Amino acid sequence: MSLHVAFDGITKEFGPVRVLHGVSFDLHPGRVHGLLGENGAGKSTLMKILAGYHAPTSGTLRIDGEAVTFRNSRDAEQRGIVLIHQELSLADDLTVAQNMFLGHEIKRGWLLDDRAMRDRAANALRQVGFERDPDTKVRELIVAEKQLVEIAKAQLRNARLLIMDEPTASLTPSECDRLFGLIDRLRQAGVTIVYISHKLDEVERITDEVIVMRDGRFVARAPTAETPRQRMATLMVGRELTDMFPAKHSPAIGKPLMAVRGLTVPGWAEDVSFDLHPGEILGFAGLVGAGRTELFEGILGLRPRSGGTVEIEGRPVRLRNPREAMRNGLTYLSEDRKGKGLHVTMGLRDNLTLMTLRHHAQPLLSPASEDRALEHAVANFGIRGNPQGTASSLSGGNQQKLAIAKFLEPDPRVFVLDEPTRGVDVGAKRDIYFLIARLAAEGRGVIVISSELIELIGLCHRVIVMRGRRVAATVPADRLSEEELIAHAIGTDIGTHTRH
Amino acid sequence: MPSGQTSAPTPVTEAGTVPTGKPARRFDPHRFGPVVGLVLLLIVGTALNPDFATWDNMMNVLTRTAFIGIISIGMCFVIISGGIDLSVGSMAALIAGGMILLMNALAGSVGSPVVVVALGMLFALLLGGGFGLAHGYLITRGRIEPFIVTLGTLGIFRAVLTWLADGGAITLDNDLSDAYGPVYYGSLLGIPVPVWVFLVVSIAGAVLLNRTAFGRYVQAIGSNEQVARFAAVDVDRVKLLTYGLLGVCVGIATVLYVPRLGSASPTTGLLWELEAIAAVIVGGTSFKGGEGRIAGTVIGAVLLSVISNILNLTSIISVYLNAAVQGCVIIAVAFLQRRRP
Repeated sequence: MSLHVAFDGITKEFGPVRVLHGVSFDLHPGRVHGLLGENGAGKSTLMKILAGYHAPTSGTLRIDGEAVTFRNSRDAEQRGIVLIHQELSLADDLTVAQNMFLGHEIKRGWLLDDRAMRDRAANALRQVGFERDPDTKVRELIVAEKQLVEIAKAQLRNARLLIMDEPTASLTPSECDRLFGLIDRLRQAGVTIVYISHKLDEVERITDEVIVMRDGRFVARAPTAETPRQRMATLMVGRELTDMFPAKHSPAIGKPLMAVRGLTVPGWAEDVSFDLHPGEILGFAGLVGAGRTELFEGILGLRPRSGGTVEIEGRPVRLRNPREAMRNGLTYLSEDRKGKGLHVTMGLRDNLTLMTLRHHAQPLLSPASEDRALEHAVANFGIRGNPQGTASSLSGGNQQKLAIAKFLEPDPRVFVLDEPTRGVDVGAKRDIYFLIARLAAEGRGVIVISSELIELIGLCHRVIVMRGRRVAATVPADRLSEEELIAHAIGTDIGTHTRH
Repeated sequence: MPSGQTSAPTPVTEAGTVPTGKPARRFDPHRFGPVVGLVLLLIVGTALNPDFATWDNMMNVLTRTAFIGIISIGMCFVIISGGIDLSVGSMAALIAGGMILLMNALAGSVGSPVVVVALGMLFALLLGGGFGLAHGYLITRGRIEPFIVTLGTLGIFRAVLTWLADGGAITLDNDLSDAYGPVYYGSLLGIPVPVWVFLVVSIAGAVLLNRTAFGRYVQAIGSNEQVARFAAVDVDRVKLLTYGLLGVCVGIATVLYVPRLGSASPTTGLLWELEAIAAVIVGGTSFKGGEGRIAGTVIGAVLLSVISNILNLTSIISVYLNAAVQGCVIIAVAFLQRRRP
């Protein structure tokens, strides 16, 4: 028994920010839907509404023709709708069986009926091809196994619609194949599936149709078989890719601005070496957990290093904290904008000048001088929003522009941006790409860590691919392609992986 | 000004105007709550007892507020940075005992009692600053929770004082008391010395918090320590200094307190931590850190003293229940703050 879902004019606002603008489309029973869109397109928010985690600000959600209001995810589960999270939501210290019945325990009188739960868990686990003991602690499982547990758990609740958000983000190719086989079986059993992924080759392989969202709006739907990948990418971005990115200027050849040799951050990065030249945009690609972010946190002194050297403009430096990095001309904007990039509850001005307060102190801080800096940044970076408000009042794109402005205030020679367009709308993305190109044209070295391959390909002069803590390859501009980067990132031979 | 880059329509009145540097002002109950509470209490006090609204009584209240008030200013920095110090009452007691012992010992060898008192005061400030830095060092380098560190020293400070006093009191020599007396009992332009000191410390605290890089760092750390760390703020140093600053404030408060009774005993400074933390929270500073106001803290401290004064002057609630009333006030204020995002 499958179910039919209809979104009818769904909007969602978080505070002043509207992330969904009246989305309407249907999900057909028993089909696999690929839901496409860039970061910030609103896919996850919409799916959280469907799964009962958020309530829509307005609009109607219909299940089999009936308008429904979910108060929480349990309500949605009652209707057979289950969201499998990007960050899997299992309690590490409980066993597989305990996790599967968490909140739905079977009891005999006041006591738990462990045997019944274990038997039913084992049964459900067998169906998804999970071969281990249900009494295993979840902590001991690898990611792919946890995913199977999540799916088995959903089956146990009689899921009729499964939402999978980036399920293959940290799976190996053979694990992916197994997951795809399972998805196929679920479809045959009549389960409706929504599959969210950035990997267009997977979408092409396993979905029946694709639905594209952009900037909180429904854009298009089409049978997968009739939609080439190039078309999917263009629909997601909303314009021809060639128009999204600035022209690449070749960087100066000569002495590197920054040279890293044999750097090791224990547990995260091993023996990493690279050069960055003035005017160069250097990309870092790799799967989640490949060690890219941690490598740079190590360079900044935020994680212990056990070996290697860093030179900036020919001078060897041993950075112990971001302050020393800043003094040596290196700043790093984290991927975690709200947790490490901006003080969202503080004002725009206080955020902007935090790194350079000394410039505004004589010795007392001069609000006028800080205001001039903000005025300048607002104009220079196109930050739109109320300058007197808090950073949280800005949209994602404008927050990111403010964050970029903040980390450029110290006028670094080397600027590292980690996931610079995460949670940013398409227009702001383009602005940020052009800004990055401008920074490089000014002679700075720019490092872009990104999971968006299109972005790395469109923007970078060279891309370093990390895999399992090490540099797997350095790909020059003329060889940049999604296939090439994915092949190095997951470690398959390029000849067998690419499909022409 | 803006903006060659903006491509979408821009609300000119917002993005186009020159930032004035002041946050948008609406009625904020956390900003004005303490003032309203204080005004209400003053009205109640006046209605209940004719002696309440006299100059002498007001100066009496402010003088007694000075100790807690000065400590609260330092506490305000610590709490805004996301920390806490539970030891301030015990610390004051030990500093009091220590400075009295030192002054008594010096009285024999140094002729002038004024010099002895000056040395004692200097010692008190150094000792307070030293204790505070020790807290800060254990918290930042030792990576121990501030609650645990200062809970430990709360016990240590008071026990050492009790041991030094052998369970009784440490009393200042009489001729020194005479030289020291004016620091508490004296007045300038009709206003008692402790009130002047309180005023100066408050103004200095407000300038430090709102107009210096250090103050901005304190707020940034309390608001989100990780963001501050990534923004090249020397988080450990700033935290260390907030505890040092609080220690100096406790030193100043003790310097003003000692001439009042001329002795230190195991009950000196008892429950001051409750009053100091209460003053900060009542003053609208968020216990989670990040946001706080010196003016609010001053009002919070005065408000608590006024409550105690009203209890003294009237017989509605026993004065023995003073700390209970303060406890209720702090819980009530925290209750009103609880839904802050």
